Amino acid sequence: MASGLQLSRDELVNAYRRMRTIREFEDAVHAEFAAGSIPGFVHLYAGEEASGVGVCMHLDQRDTIASTHRGHGHCIAKGVEVGPMMHEVFGRKEGLCGGKGGSMHIADLSKGMLGANGIVGAGAPLVCGAALTAKTLKTGGVAVCFYGDGASNQGAVLESYNLAKIWNLPVVFVAEDNGYAETTASSWSVGGSQVGRGEGFGIPSREVDGSDFFDVYEAAGEAIERARSGGGPSLLHVRLNRFYGHFEGDAGTYRLPEELEAARSRDPIMLFRQRVVEASLIPADELDAADREIVADIRRYLEAAKSAPMPTEADLMTDVYVAY
Amino acid sequence: MSKKSYRQAINEALRQEMERDERVIIMGEDISGGTGAAGDQDAWGGPLGVTKGLRPQFGPDRVLDTHLAEISFVGAAAGAALTGLRPVVELMFVDFMGVCFDQILNQTAKFRYMFGGKAVTPLVIRTMYGAGFRAASQHSQCLYPVFTHIPGLKVALPSNAYEAKGLLIQAIRDDDPVIFFEHKAMYDDEMEVPDEPYSIPFGEANVTREGDDVTIVAFGRMVNLANQAADSLAKQGVSCTVVDPRTTSPLDTETILETVEETGRLVVVDEAHPRCGMASDIAGLVAENAFDALEAPIKLVTAPHVPVPFSPALEDIYIPSVAKIEAAVRAAMSHGSKVAAE
Repeated sequence: MASGLQLSRDELVNAYRRMRTIREFEDAVHAEFAAGSIPGFVHLYAGEEASGVGVCMHLDQRDTIASTHRGHGHCIAKGVEVGPMMHEVFGRKEGLCGGKGGSMHIADLSKGMLGANGIVGAGAPLVCGAALTAKTLKTGGVAVCFYGDGASNQGAVLESYNLAKIWNLPVVFVAEDNGYAETTASSWSVGGSQVGRGEGFGIPSREVDGSDFFDVYEAAGEAIERARSGGGPSLLHVRLNRFYGHFEGDAGTYRLPEELEAARSRDPIMLFRQRVVEASLIPADELDAADREIVADIRRYLEAAKSAPMPTEADLMTDVYVAY
Repeated sequence: MSKKSYRQAINEALRQEMERDERVIIMGEDISGGTGAAGDQDAWGGPLGVTKGLRPQFGPDRVLDTHLAEISFVGAAAGAALTGLRPVVELMFVDFMGVCFDQILNQTAKFRYMFGGKAVTPLVIRTMYGAGFRAASQHSQCLYPVFTHIPGLKVALPSNAYEAKGLLIQAIRDDDPVIFFEHKAMYDDEMEVPDEPYSIPFGEANVTREGDDVTIVAFGRMVNLANQAADSLAKQGVSCTVVDPRTTSPLDTETILETVEETGRLVVVDEAHPRCGMASDIAGLVAENAFDALEAPIKLVTAPHVPVPFSPALEDIYIPSVAKIEAAVRAAMSHGSKVAAE
């Protein structure tokens, strides 16, 4: 389980920076949404960073991921540029998707990020397709599907387990179980267990502590290696916590205050920091310096996005077809 | 050039495109048939034999039998298209869109726009539609108006074997997602079809009959009924223009409007239901843009607003017929100056 501690110093710093960037991005968006400057629906990944980063640290340009409505973290973890992401959240012309997608549809195909998705569970079939492409064209690529405990009840997801298994696709299913499908507790809404479901389809499956980057990293490494070497799909049931509501504006009254307190005491970034500092792998002041840099970067992206031009009427009708 | 059925024309288009481009793969339920079984691995070639022979030629990596679970394999085809393949997925009967529509409606159709023009999704969904097979309510619908309604999708409706081959090759080479509608009652219809590959551009209507009195716009299999009606009416002294739009999205509005300007009368023939169908769509288009040219009310010949019945006695009444088209043309002719002049 501690194999993640064998990561190189650069890799550890990289992992920390990615997680910290996600957190700062989400905290900034949280504040801006509360101030009324962000349109639409926004779902934040704060608290879940170790999952996206722990998995994506194993991925490269050959690999693809499908994300969820809670997709900012997966984007950053997969290496999507943060500035254009911020523009997109604000609906600006220079956004990653020209302001046409918004928070729920951020995608960067050039980075293998197949999109956040407004439809719960819809990424699972798409990932099977991306894996089929990798298998057919022999790219060596792996496709990872991030989805929540809510999505785990969707037929699209369960069907995809089966398709990935029978076609022996290089897929990793990462069930991010933050305990709630919107307001509904996964302890109530999920019959059986995530691991049991995966195993029922003949898919190697294991439970992972999503507040522990190193646990995620190790489990994901095994699953991705299996996929890459032709061993077919795997499933990870990552238990984690979201620090904010289902969406911004959710008062979160279904969650007891002490639950949230307990969740925050298992902050994956804090735990990561403790581990690497205590093991003398990275000095605390280096991480502090990274924090300051990231805070400044996010502030810069935020200010740039807020003052950037909106798309215009000329943009409304473009990008529907390649040719029509 | 040789005589080919609608079925053979589609099979040939698939084979020639798979030979041309190794990124073209096909997948669907039983499109080879027999996967995992001890016997024949090309047992069916699809439920009506359209893809027969492709598995032996291209192998199981490019001709993929799927499990019987549409949302995952239609979605997988979309995901494969988004990442570099050019899949042709068979949704056996279009009625089954009920179990996989999200992947078409909210995923495939939206990628390009949502992602700011950076996605290319060269996906073809081949699907069977239409009544006349005694297949009843869940295996006989048209539904192409539903897909036509959705920006981001293209919709092709080949009306014969020649059209089927050319439009399918275009669909496979097209960089946008295409829903390709095959009328199940036409698979055995034969005609001369070129042996070499050719494509028919989308959004360019085919005028199959030219006349002065009435324009008939018809879709898919209805084009053939409209042609028969036009031939019969010609003997009665009524000359019709018949327009086969070939694709409902994109739609060649120009040819439709031009021909109506010339004839002054319009009959639209659509096997789909009347509400929000292609017939009402074309009627709206002409009423808005060529109102002054009209000498008679627009007449629509459609299936009624009921599910497709099973009993042959009922289904035969349900489907628009040559007689109904002729009656609609005569009704259009009973209005306006042309009748007065006669």
